[in-house]
Amino acid sequence: MIEIKNISKSFGKLSVLKNIDLHLELGQCIALIGPNGCGKTTLIKSILGMVLPDQGDIIVKQQSIFNNIEYRKHIGYMPQIGRYPQNMTIGQIINMVKNIRNSDAALDNDLYDYFEIQKMLHKYMGTLSGGTTQKVSAVLAFLFNPDVLILDEPTAGLDPLASELLKEKIIREKEKGKLIIITSHLLSELDDMVSQIIFMQDGNILFHKGVSQLNAETNTTKASKAILHFLKQSRNG
Amino acid sequence: MGRIFKYVMLDIFKNKIVIFYTILLAMLSWSAFSLEDNESKGLLTLLNIILLTVPLVSILFTTIYIYNSSEFVELLVSLPIKRKVIWNSLFIGLGLSLSLSFILGAGIPLLIYAEFNNALLFIAAGILTTLIFVALAFLSSILSKDKAKGIGVSIILWLYFALLFDGLILFLLYQLSEYPIEKMMVVITSLSPIDLARILILLNLDVSAMLGYTGAIFKDFFGTTQGLIISFGLLLLWIVIPYLISLRKFKKKDL
Repeated sequence: MIEIKNISKSFGKLSVLKNIDLHLELGQCIALIGPNGCGKTTLIKSILGMVLPDQGDIIVKQQSIFNNIEYRKHIGYMPQIGRYPQNMTIGQIINMVKNIRNSDAALDNDLYDYFEIQKMLHKYMGTLSGGTTQKVSAVLAFLFNPDVLILDEPTAGLDPLASELLKEKIIREKEKGKLIIITSHLLSELDDMVSQIIFMQDGNILFHKGVSQLNAETNTTKASKAILHFLKQSRNG
Repeated sequence: MGRIFKYVMLDIFKNKIVIFYTILLAMLSWSAFSLEDNESKGLLTLLNIILLTVPLVSILFTTIYIYNSSEFVELLVSLPIKRKVIWNSLFIGLGLSLSLSFILGAGIPLLIYAEFNNALLFIAAGILTTLIFVALAFLSSILSKDKAKGIGVSIILWLYFALLFDGLILFLLYQLSEYPIEKMMVVITSLSPIDLARILILLNLDVSAMLGYTGAIFKDFFGTTQGLIISFGLLLLWIVIPYLISLRKFKKKDL
């Protein structure tokens, strides 16, 4: 589904991604893990075409993403910190994105209903709390029923109920056979969702493995424990 | 294209500065014509006011607007839409609304008070000046991520073209007054869009007779149809080149 071939990116002297190769398949929920500043968000933004890598290629559905915008129809993106035009209302934003996406696929209104967005349509983005902004981001990511969902710290800032609803939604989408890429620092909440883990450090991929394999290697039963094991290792080593 | 353009236009008109600018231009134009007793004098007064205010408002408003729409742009780039379309929509939205302000504010009194040909030339020059400074604003705001720096660059550009450039020309004229530099002056003038617009209009008014020998050389060049076409072409280049550079940079920008 998504093939990342040897991409590198540096901002000035700082090299953020170093020759990254990855192969991501549908039906998986992949956790992208690593210490702060290891290049997770840059990698995600490269897949979305927001950051342009210095070299290498990214292939989505057998097509290079460079000079191509069609592939973005298949991706729903929830940013870490959603930045929206302050003087537009929630309703206007949703309408505008609908307009631009112009998709004929049936809309997925689950999160829209769960989060009771209907009641807030007239509110301006500039007046929303961080959590409500996150809800809008989540609704926009899931609304068009995309094959790939890229979620950057999805539950950060959400209240416990909303974050539970979002988690359940993610699991249901995974079971539908979608590809879900998720970054999070809240390891415990990854347990029920993830099937594969990518561990990044200093712009490199340390490993990309299935959860069961990792558990066997580290003698743990949960994904979170296995990740913790590697995080400690990476700090000591 | 139209899909984003619609939102840009709506947003600009919600922002009341453009309406205020229209009223300001109207007040300036009506007072210029009612204070002066003949058309030429009125046009000259208006010319001087407009060549200061139009570039200033166009470049500053556009620069700040682009910085403020960074969130809008960020939201759009992750959607299936070309970066070129986003940037074009912003440019057309800003250029069109500021030009519309000029036509409504200054164009109507011009058409009423001035001779039709002069009024048309004046309006064309005003629209071109607007678009030039909108394009320059696109360039200065893409050069730096820092808002204060970008606005600073825009102010410096305006100061340079509106005030410093004339000073430099005067200095050159004074220093080189022994030499036949009139033809060179034609070339140098085309390096500043404001001066180009000013000369274009002056030469088509009766007052050009008072400009002396340099004026005669200018008239020889800019007064002819060919000169008129060349100077309009140069003004167009002042729009196209800064804008295309900014577009190229925007396509490669990391967001």
